[in-house]
Amino acid sequence: MSPLKHILATTTLLAASGAALAAGADLGQAQKQDMNVIAIIMFAIFVGITMFITKWAAGKTKTAADFYTAGGGITGFQNGLAIAGDYMSAASFLGISGLVFATGFDGLIFSIGWLVGWPIITFLMAERLRNLGKFNFADVAGYRFDAGPIRTFAATGSLVVVAFYLIAQMVGAGQLIKLLFGLDYIVAVCLVGVIMMTYVLFGGMTATTWVQIIKAVMLLVGATFMALMVMLQFGFNFEALAAKAVEVHPKKDAIMGPGALINDPISAVSVGMALMFGTAGLPHILMRFFTVPNAKEARKSVAWATTWIGYFYILTFIIGFGAITNLIPNPADYYVGGEIAKGLKGGGNMPAVHLAGAVGGDIFLGFISAVAFATILAVVAGLTLSGASAVSHDLYASVWRHGNVDQATELRVSKITTVVLGIIAVLLGVVFEKQNVAFMVMLAFAVACSANFPVLFMSVLWKDCTTRGAVAGGFVGLILSVTLTVLSPAVWEASLGNPKGSALFPYASPAIFSMTAAFLTIWLVSMFDMSTQAAKEREAFPAQLMRSETGVGASSASGH
Amino acid sequence: MSQDAVVDRITRNPKFHEFVRTRNVYSNIMTMLMLIVYFGYILLIAFNKPFLATKLSAGGTISIGIPMGIGVLVFTIVITWIYVRRANTEFAATKNDIIEEAAK
Repeated sequence: MSPLKHILATTTLLAASGAALAAGADLGQAQKQDMNVIAIIMFAIFVGITMFITKWAAGKTKTAADFYTAGGGITGFQNGLAIAGDYMSAASFLGISGLVFATGFDGLIFSIGWLVGWPIITFLMAERLRNLGKFNFADVAGYRFDAGPIRTFAATGSLVVVAFYLIAQMVGAGQLIKLLFGLDYIVAVCLVGVIMMTYVLFGGMTATTWVQIIKAVMLLVGATFMALMVMLQFGFNFEALAAKAVEVHPKKDAIMGPGALINDPISAVSVGMALMFGTAGLPHILMRFFTVPNAKEARKSVAWATTWIGYFYILTFIIGFGAITNLIPNPADYYVGGEIAKGLKGGGNMPAVHLAGAVGGDIFLGFISAVAFATILAVVAGLTLSGASAVSHDLYASVWRHGNVDQATELRVSKITTVVLGIIAVLLGVVFEKQNVAFMVMLAFAVACSANFPVLFMSVLWKDCTTRGAVAGGFVGLILSVTLTVLSPAVWEASLGNPKGSALFPYASPAIFSMTAAFLTIWLVSMFDMSTQAAKEREAFPAQLMRSETGVGASSASGH
Repeated sequence: MSQDAVVDRITRNPKFHEFVRTRNVYSNIMTMLMLIVYFGYILLIAFNKPFLATKLSAGGTISIGIPMGIGVLVFTIVITWIYVRRANTEFAATKNDIIEEAAK
């Protein structure tokens, strides 16, 4: 099968199962390209600057609070950029523009799904998170609950999400570096591991946040430049761009309407729920709400994050169309052997990279390649930090030591955990090199929306919720979402190689079932929980409500 | 005055409960709007693809679905700012009044 046909077939397969959710995160198996010196130099400059920042941040990172929340000294605007940086991964930049390039309209549907969770976080969670929490979302979910069980659950939920996300990022990094820099897979995986560990270990949240901000600005500037150059070619007339795209694209006018991305309504709604509510359950994103001084700044953070992410998705749509009009008419430059039938050089995730070269020359191509790799680095650092908080703050300090632990010890445990997680991340990258990890991000969102989100939501908003209810519901959501994802066509058939039609669970995402089951279980178990502990927890609700609504008694900007 | 006493006075203040109610109604309305717009768009795609592929103007290329999709993205950004603006001015002021009253 020719590469293009293969890409199209893969896209259609994923699309048919509605699992194109996964496509945005899949960088696939890539062919090693020629060494790109400019890109490597640009990347080295980026690393140099961020190391300098890490050194500065290290001087400010003295306590566990500094380590996890940058001392609460980040402004809403800065945090908004950092959140956007966490969310605009290499996969969403290359994957979504690649999907627009391949299918047109369907790429837009896809990007919308990734944005709509943000208002939900703003309206329901942001302020309450900031007012109740200290380091991570377990502080919020466990505010009035029995620390042992609820933190064990929260740490499990966090680590599972972090692990799936990490695998996708590490494998993506390895594939990307073969494509963009022309270096070996293992070099990329080790580079990511070592540099990321340096950021987190020495600079904690302060360094991670600033790396994220710099990267977000670079990505936004680069994408803006590309979109402007494309629009310039068509006199800022989108109709002209669309007309040219339809003229040259193999699918012709079909790129102007919805294709195979959404077919059965249950999958459509289920994928929509996973994206929308999963965003509100991602531990590395939730953690960012504790880096700002108060609820007002927390709300501003999400508003800015939503703005930048939404703007970025509009840019990727233009970039995808620009790639259609710039690359397809010049197969000699961009296609394997100069033949469209043989596919794009480097594969289906390369349109944005090729377009960078087409509109900005080799230097800009190097810049975009460096940005794409820096993106993975920054996201992995954020994930590691959030995994470290689950181990040291929840499992070690709260569950094992019952809170009797001083800040210095907690900080030391955090740093040891960071090193261990860094090594695990590298190992995961090596182990999963040859695997199809497309479904990993989908799995992370499924778990986030079915386990973390319901527990967080109910513990904060429902007065009768109890520890038993929250823990039981959380684990039901966790187990069900993982099991059903494995049994779905995207994993059972496309990744595990079982025959078509053999998947026991026919839908693209388990969210509609697993999230509902989690909420029902929390409700049922809490209702029937007559223990004295439950009575105490219900009595504690008014005080929690007061604090979550007003912020009186909330962890202050620094020192906590 | 001790923190507990402040907490107690806020919890007993009817204005506090009124405030929580007002804000919850507002955030619930905004949440419903977002859900309706997003799932409305998704269900429209699931049930009526030809409508979305209809051309904006006769002889043109752009279909109705594209400005609608960009519209959902823009709506998402705008609705977030509308909420944050009210929360950071009106709600923040009411909240501060309640806290100050309790601290007197």
